[in-house]
Amino acid sequence: MPLRVLSTFQIELAIALRNRWLSIAVAMMVLFSLVLAIAGAAPSGALGTDRLSVTVASLTSLSVYLVPLISLVISFDAIAGEVERGTLPLYLAYPVSRGELLVGKLAAQLVLIIVAVCLGYGTAAMVAFWFSGWGAMDGLPALLRLVWTSILLGAVFLSLGQMISALSRRPSAAAGLAIGLWLVAVVLYDLGLLAAVVADDGGDFTTHVFPWLLVANPADALRIYNLAASDAVGAASGLAGAAQSIALWKPLTSLLVWVVLAAGLARAAFERVEP
Amino acid sequence: MTMLQISNLTKRYGGQTALDGVSLSIAPGERVAMLGHNGAGKSTLMKMVLGLLPPTSGQISIAGHSPGSRSARDLTAYLPENIAFHPALTGSEQICHFLRLRGRPAQEADGLLAKVGLADAAKRRIGTYSKGMRQRVGLAQALIGSPALMILDEPTSGLDPVSRREFYALLDELAAHGTAILMSSHALSEVELRTDRIAILSKGRKVADGSLSALRRDAALPVTVQLRPRQGCSAQVAVAFPEAKQVGGILTMTCLQTDKLDILTRITTLRDTIQDFDFFPPSLDDIYVQISRSAA
Repeated sequence: MPLRVLSTFQIELAIALRNRWLSIAVAMMVLFSLVLAIAGAAPSGALGTDRLSVTVASLTSLSVYLVPLISLVISFDAIAGEVERGTLPLYLAYPVSRGELLVGKLAAQLVLIIVAVCLGYGTAAMVAFWFSGWGAMDGLPALLRLVWTSILLGAVFLSLGQMISALSRRPSAAAGLAIGLWLVAVVLYDLGLLAAVVADDGGDFTTHVFPWLLVANPADALRIYNLAASDAVGAASGLAGAAQSIALWKPLTSLLVWVVLAAGLARAAFERVEP
Repeated sequence: MTMLQISNLTKRYGGQTALDGVSLSIAPGERVAMLGHNGAGKSTLMKMVLGLLPPTSGQISIAGHSPGSRSARDLTAYLPENIAFHPALTGSEQICHFLRLRGRPAQEADGLLAKVGLADAAKRRIGTYSKGMRQRVGLAQALIGSPALMILDEPTSGLDPVSRREFYALLDELAAHGTAILMSSHALSEVELRTDRIAILSKGRKVADGSLSALRRDAALPVTVQLRPRQGCSAQVAVAFPEAKQVGGILTMTCLQTDKLDILTRITTLRDTIQDFDFFPPSLDDIYVQISRSAA
C-alpha cells in the first residue's frame, strides 16, 4: 500500500511541477505577502505592537482568500482530468484502491501548498526583520501559527476540489464549480452572515447562532483562531473583541474536523464515479 | 480449464439494455476477438470483466476469482479505448509508475518500451507523441508482468499496418506463453486471421461465436465471378452466361460457394472465347455486416 501511494505521490508531484502550478502558487503567495509586509512595516507605534504582528494580521486575510483559491485551482483536475484522458478506468483496473489514489494525489498537492505558504510568509517575515530587527521576534509565534493553520485550510480546500472534480467529471465543469465554491465559501458566506447580523439587530441570532455559523466555515475558523490566539495580532486587526468572545478550541476544532470531513467527502464522491 | 468465464451477463441502464444474456469463455492461450458496431456493448462487457461496472445479472469468473478482486486485478491487464495519458510525463516515467503500482521493479520499463518500439522516445514527453505512439505506451503497460488475461479495447485503432503486424506478433508470443486474450474491434478486416475465435455482438446480444471459417460458412455469402471475353467474342460469352451483367466489356455474376466448380467447368468449355476470369470471395467486412444484419 505505501509503495503505490508513494508512486502516485511522485508522479503527481512531477506533473504539478511541469504544469507550473508550483511556480504560480509560489509567485502569488510571495507577491501578495511582500506587498502586505511592506505596507505593514510602515510606522505603527500607536498600536503598541511589533511590526510582524501587524503584518500577520493582514496575512491572515490573505490566507482566508488566497489559500482556498490556490488549493481549488491545483485540485479541480484531479479526477476529471483522468476521466478526460481515459486513464481513470486503467488505474482502477490496477491493483490500487481509490483511497490510495486520492491520498497520493492529496499528498502531492499539499506539498505545493506547504511550499507556497512557507515561501510567501517567510518572505513577509524577512521584510519585518529587515525593517525592525530583532523586535519582530515577538510576532514570530503568530506567524508560525498562521503558517500551519493555512496549510490545514489548504488541505480542506484541496479535498473539496477533489470532491468537485469527482462530481463533475469534466475538467471545464469542475473549474466552474471550483470558482463557485470559492465565491460562496470565502465571500458570499461572510456577506450573508453580515446581512443577517444587521437585520437581526442584536437578537438571538447574533448572540447564539452567529458565533457557531462563523466557526463552522473553515476559512472564518482560520481567521478567528489566528486573531484570537495572539493579543497583538488581534489588536492590530482591530477585531480583538469580536474574535476573543469565541473560545480558542472552537475554531481550531472546526478546522481539524473540516480536514477529515472534506477528505471523507472527496472519497465518497470518488466512490460514486463509474469509469 | 478456462481463464475467463462469462455466463448470461446482462447490464441495464434504466430502461436501456446494454448487454443481454451474453456468455463467453476463453481458455489460456486463446485469442478471442469481439466485434460489434459502436454501442454494441463491447466496452461495457470489458468494464464488467474488470470489475469497473457491476452487472445487472449474470456471473463472471477470472480463473475462479470475482471481477475487481485483488487476485483478479493482479492477473488481468487492460488497455482502454482512446487512452491519452498525461502529456507532461515521459513514456518512461509513465511506465515506471505502472510497474510500481503492480509492485514490480521500475528497471523493467526500458525493456517494455523497447518491445513496443518506443526505446528512442522513452525520455520524451507523451505530449509530443503521435496517436499511434500513445497507443504503444498503452500496450507497453498491458504487457507488464506477462498477465494471465489481457483485455484490449480497440487496441489496433491508430496503428498503421506495419505496427499492426508487430502488435499481432506480440499477441502471438503472449498467447504462446498461455495468456488468454480478449480484444475488441469494430471491423473484421482489422482482426485479420490472427485470432482463434471471433465473437460478434449486436445490440447487446452475442450473434456469432466461432472461427473465421465457420463464420464464413454461416454467412453463406455468394462468390462474385468476373469474365473478360476475347476481342469480338462478347456476344458469344453473354449467350453462354445469361445470368451475367455486362459492364464495359466485363461480365459479372454471383454464385454460391458450393457452385464454384460448376461455373469453372462452364468457363473451361468456352476457353477459346474467354481471355481471363476472376473469383472474388466475400470480404471479411461483407461477412461481418451480413452476420450482424441477419441477427438484427
